[in-house]
Amino acid sequence: MPETIPRQKMPEQPPDKRRTNFNEVPLGFSPETAQREASRCIQCKKPTCVQGCPVRIDIPGFIKEIRDGNYLKAFEVLKRTNSLPAVCGRVCPQETQCEQLCILGKKGEPVAIGALERFAADCERVQSPLPPSDPPPSNGIRVAIIGSGPAGLTAAGELRKLGYEVTIFEALHSPGGVLVYGIPEFRLPKEIVHYEIRALENMGVTIILNRVIGISETVDDLLDQGYRAVFIGSGAGLPLFLNIPGENLLGVYTANEYLTRVNLMKAYRFPEYDTPVIRGRNVAVFGGGNVAMDAARTALRLGADNVYIVYRRSMKEMPARVEEVRHAEEEGIMFKILTNPVRFIGDDAGRLIAVECLHMELGEPDASGRRSPVPIKGSEFTIGIDLAVVAIGNAPNPLVQRTAAGLETSKKGTIAADETTMKTTKRGVFAGGDVVSGAATVILAMGAGRKAALAMHDYLQTGVW
Amino acid sequence: MHRIHSNELISTNVGRMVVEAPYVAKHRRAGQFIILRINEKGERIPLTIAEADPAAGTITLYYQVVGKTTKEMSLLKAGDAIQDIAGPLGHPTDIKRYGTAVCVGGGIGVAPIYPIAAAMKEAGNRVINIIGARTKELLIMENELAKAGDELIVCTDDGSYGRKAFVTEALNEVLEREKVDIVVAIGPVPMMKAVSDLTRDRGIKTMVSLNSIMIDGTGMCGGCRVTVNGERRFTCVDGPEFDGHQVDFDELIERLGTYRSDEKRSLDEFEHTCKLHGVRHA
Repeated sequence: MPETIPRQKMPEQPPDKRRTNFNEVPLGFSPETAQREASRCIQCKKPTCVQGCPVRIDIPGFIKEIRDGNYLKAFEVLKRTNSLPAVCGRVCPQETQCEQLCILGKKGEPVAIGALERFAADCERVQSPLPPSDPPPSNGIRVAIIGSGPAGLTAAGELRKLGYEVTIFEALHSPGGVLVYGIPEFRLPKEIVHYEIRALENMGVTIILNRVIGISETVDDLLDQGYRAVFIGSGAGLPLFLNIPGENLLGVYTANEYLTRVNLMKAYRFPEYDTPVIRGRNVAVFGGGNVAMDAARTALRLGADNVYIVYRRSMKEMPARVEEVRHAEEEGIMFKILTNPVRFIGDDAGRLIAVECLHMELGEPDASGRRSPVPIKGSEFTIGIDLAVVAIGNAPNPLVQRTAAGLETSKKGTIAADETTMKTTKRGVFAGGDVVSGAATVILAMGAGRKAALAMHDYLQTGVW
Repeated sequence: MHRIHSNELISTNVGRMVVEAPYVAKHRRAGQFIILRINEKGERIPLTIAEADPAAGTITLYYQVVGKTTKEMSLLKAGDAIQDIAGPLGHPTDIKRYGTAVCVGGGIGVAPIYPIAAAMKEAGNRVINIIGARTKELLIMENELAKAGDELIVCTDDGSYGRKAFVTEALNEVLEREKVDIVVAIGPVPMMKAVSDLTRDRGIKTMVSLNSIMIDGTGMCGGCRVTVNGERRFTCVDGPEFDGHQVDFDELIERLGTYRSDEKRSLDEFEHTCKLHGVRHA
């Protein structure tokens, strides 16, 4: 009887061990555990879970294959609508998407859909260390994609499957966008990202690295060069600052800089790798999202004695995934909630030595519906720190849109795009991911990339804008 | 991969590399830069594009041998390759007909001032170039700068070549002597600061090109932030040139020193390894 089997737990590296290494924390299901978990799925005729998935994976379908021991078939089902299953199985917030809608969750615990997705994708990678090389036939129509993050990669995969000749332009030296520069190794091993990208390349997708669109060449130039449609997935790569005194002291990083140094440039292996990073002993990370958790846990792994998450609201309002907060707490990250920084304090050489903060209390709900924090007068106190990481979010990177005539943007800098087709205000140009939504999740960006690809197909076949 | 056509030291500590980068060569404009990564384990460093040959698909880079990466660059030979070159990056210099333009280059800053001087000349300006170095052996590109202007003033701090003077003294004399419409200064931060101080009172527009520490070069990491006119600006996408009268140079000097001990450690370990393997230093 399926109901009697409890939700299976994925083994993890113990906290005291993992806080000293960059290896992945959850270790994955064994085949037995995966089959046991898969057998919990009651195979709904009208599966609600699928409604919660931005790329509409046939969830009961792939779980059934796992249950029956057909792991590679399960992978094929995943791959039909999801270009990056090994990534999604790790970083998707399943608890607010598919798993939240799982019927079993009404009375007990939902099926561990994310863990099963990861299992199937990992099985495939073990089976075929080199992804299959079987490019679909070309229809001779060229399309351009700006940015190789989750949105761009997904759009590329879908368009290639439909026969288009796809070229991705990537600004950095390594494709993957936030998957390689932002999300740490211990949460998403880079080998997995590289594998997924190799799979796309083996499908015939061309990736041009080190190419920043929006400086020498514009979107119009791409259209002039014979790309019949363009998808912009340039992401939310413009860091927000606290705008308090002392933010330019040595020892104050944006989360983007800190994580890029460590993840993309592998500064955690300095001096074997050339890029250095400040290794703080006492570290404060400002913000309460997944990026803040990533930065705090990274600081711990780089040898910090004390790492604080400084967040101005309470634990309840924290936007990070529950699992990320749990992992951080287990590893010994200290949460200073209802606390807001006022100024950074430096020594004579301009090096950070402390941050002055204020205690906060929660007032009326604000525009986001969350109770807004209000400073408590006279509650100033200082924390001695030698490294600060500002992780309070990102705005869209403006490089592409500021040189694209006829492309409308909002006050916040996001590109205006239709919700279902991802069409922008410029003919032939589509956009999706964080550059449209503002900083959000990997899977939402992938959902947008998939929608855009289908709409681009429609546009390119009918010529109707 | 970008094949190196030639690479040699042109002074005791400045290298000149001609390397394949067809896209950059085709598109670059004066004042823009590239970010390169030598190999898989390399760091990303910004370098100004000094010259470009679109037909040959090559660009010329000048680099001062100061740390591990530039040391490693100096050991590369024709036929070797640079793994990554991203660019052109940054805003080009605002080249137009100003009237009289003085281009001031100090030390390695002479290399990036060269394309600007040449472009200023081509735009119809009277161009006076002032270049300087600590001593004769460190002076670079004298011939190029002589051709790229109407007048060239060469200074060395120790008087071993040209005039015994700082570039600011030579600049001051030019400003006393004739009407100058724009000054462009590139070199060590204290030099750019001194030039800007000199022109501020006279109200002469002064552009400086900043050499902040960068990673991505697309405005994503914020590491290259500088304070200009009290506001936060990113050198990579808002610059690299800014109004010298508005730049907080003291903050820039501090920020450039962020990784000094790491840089030393990296270089020391590299030189130690080289010794073990018998690599001869240039």
